[in-house]
Amino acid sequence: MDKTMELEIFRYRPEQDSEPTFQTYEVPFHTEWVILDAVNYIKDEIDGTLSYRWSCRMGVCGSCGMMVNGVPKLTCAAFLKDYTGKIRIEPLEGFPVERDLIFSMDDFIAKLKSVKPWIIRKEGEDKPLEEGEYLQTPRQLVEYQQYTMCINCMLCYAACPVYAHDNTFLGPAAIALGQRYNMDSRDQGRDQRQEAIASHEGIWQCTFVGECSAVCPKDVDPAGAIQRAKVASTIDYFKELLLPWGKKS
Amino acid sequence: MVRELTSVGVAGYSVFLLYLVYRLGQGSEAYDAAIGLIMSPASIALHLIALVLALYHTVTWFNVTPKVIVIHLGEERVPAFMIAGAHYAGWLAVSMIVAWAVLGT
Amino acid sequence: MAKSNEPIPWSLFSAGGMLSAILLPILIVITGILVPFGFAPLESLGFDRVHAAVSGNLLVKLILFGFIFLSFFHWAHRFRFALVDMGLRKIKGLIGFACYGSALAGTVITAALLWRI
Ligand code: SF4
Ligand code: FES
Repeated sequence: MDKTMELEIFRYRPEQDSEPTFQTYEVPFHTEWVILDAVNYIKDEIDGTLSYRWSCRMGVCGSCGMMVNGVPKLTCAAFLKDYTGKIRIEPLEGFPVERDLIFSMDDFIAKLKSVKPWIIRKEGEDKPLEEGEYLQTPRQLVEYQQYTMCINCMLCYAACPVYAHDNTFLGPAAIALGQRYNMDSRDQGRDQRQEAIASHEGIWQCTFVGECSAVCPKDVDPAGAIQRAKVASTIDYFKELLLPWGKKS
Repeated sequence: MVRELTSVGVAGYSVFLLYLVYRLGQGSEAYDAAIGLIMSPASIALHLIALVLALYHTVTWFNVTPKVIVIHLGEERVPAFMIAGAHYAGWLAVSMIVAWAVLGT
Repeated sequence: MAKSNEPIPWSLFSAGGMLSAILLPILIVITGILVPFGFAPLESLGFDRVHAAVSGNLLVKLILFGFIFLSFFHWAHRFRFALVDMGLRKIKGLIGFACYGSALAGTVITAALLWRI
């Protein structure tokens, strides 16, 4: 063990700590190590009481998000070699901390549910199973494909200044996932989703700061999804205003 | 927050235009006195500040257009630089037309 | 979750943002650089020429009106959110009222003044 690095980690154990504290650990340095490897090393070799979430170690499960020097990162995709000095690790910002680096995801899950992220068919337009699947062309797939890449890692929420101020905001990933279904040619549920998306708590809170898209590890571009939803909702709004006799579904 | 601040330049210049409109309605003497103000160093300084804000606004505005305007040609998405680039090209063309229309030559 | 009327201010904000992104720099260059530094004569902005162009010309008036009032609403919307994000969340309603109210007042004044010419 020649070279080492220091990690300063946020600790909070509700049964013994009244306030969160920081604890510094020294870990060996390996060029191929990501921050998650260093945290795992601490858990296995130094201090088994440290709590955090992780699973896949390859950027697909979305559970290892933490603030690294104040920036939301997937710790399994952030290399030690890209940092110098002490690395500060904290739970993702904007969520209530439960223990150490573990925070409550309830708010995000509730928001995700509110945009109904599944394919909705109009009443009576459901195909019976034996008629097979709903077909789609590659051209129709590209309309929403980018949004399917979301791994629910919540980095975008941790980066969003609007959510930080006011957590009634529906938030980047939930809106992007609503759009993922809205733009799916097999889906007919847009009107239902608009109740959450086009509300005060939805897209209209967003001021297009763009931080969500900057931190997203999957290039989902939630900021773009939100702006496109604003355009579409504005068109709806004026259509309804100008054509009160127009088709209401 | 700089992006937010540019809106002050945007509205500020329109207040100036509004003032000129007001003077225009008062006749030639009043208007010519008002337009003469643009030759003063104070006005030039304000204009330069406004220009920095305006250009910042223009660049930040055009650079995010590809996020809002998504065009697919077949299965390929038109790349961001082409959508932003089209805005910059249009901007140059319109600017020349405006300069020609306002200045007359 | 209430259905929102935000599409109205947002579309005014966006239209104003696009118009000023395109037109504002050249206008500033004209009145702040080209004319004061003598690249173009002051007479091109003089009363005779400008008055002839505006007075009785509905199209020119509409263009001026559109540009001015939309930039007011562009400002109002941005400023409103800037203030709210700076932590004045509690008086959100008042801020909205003050910002859009001033933009609306500016719009009415613009229309009235242009009408007179
Ligand atoms: S949009 Fe990106 S940053 Fe947000 S949860 Fe999905 S993958 Fe993570
Ligand atoms: S551990 Fe699964 S995304 Fe990092």
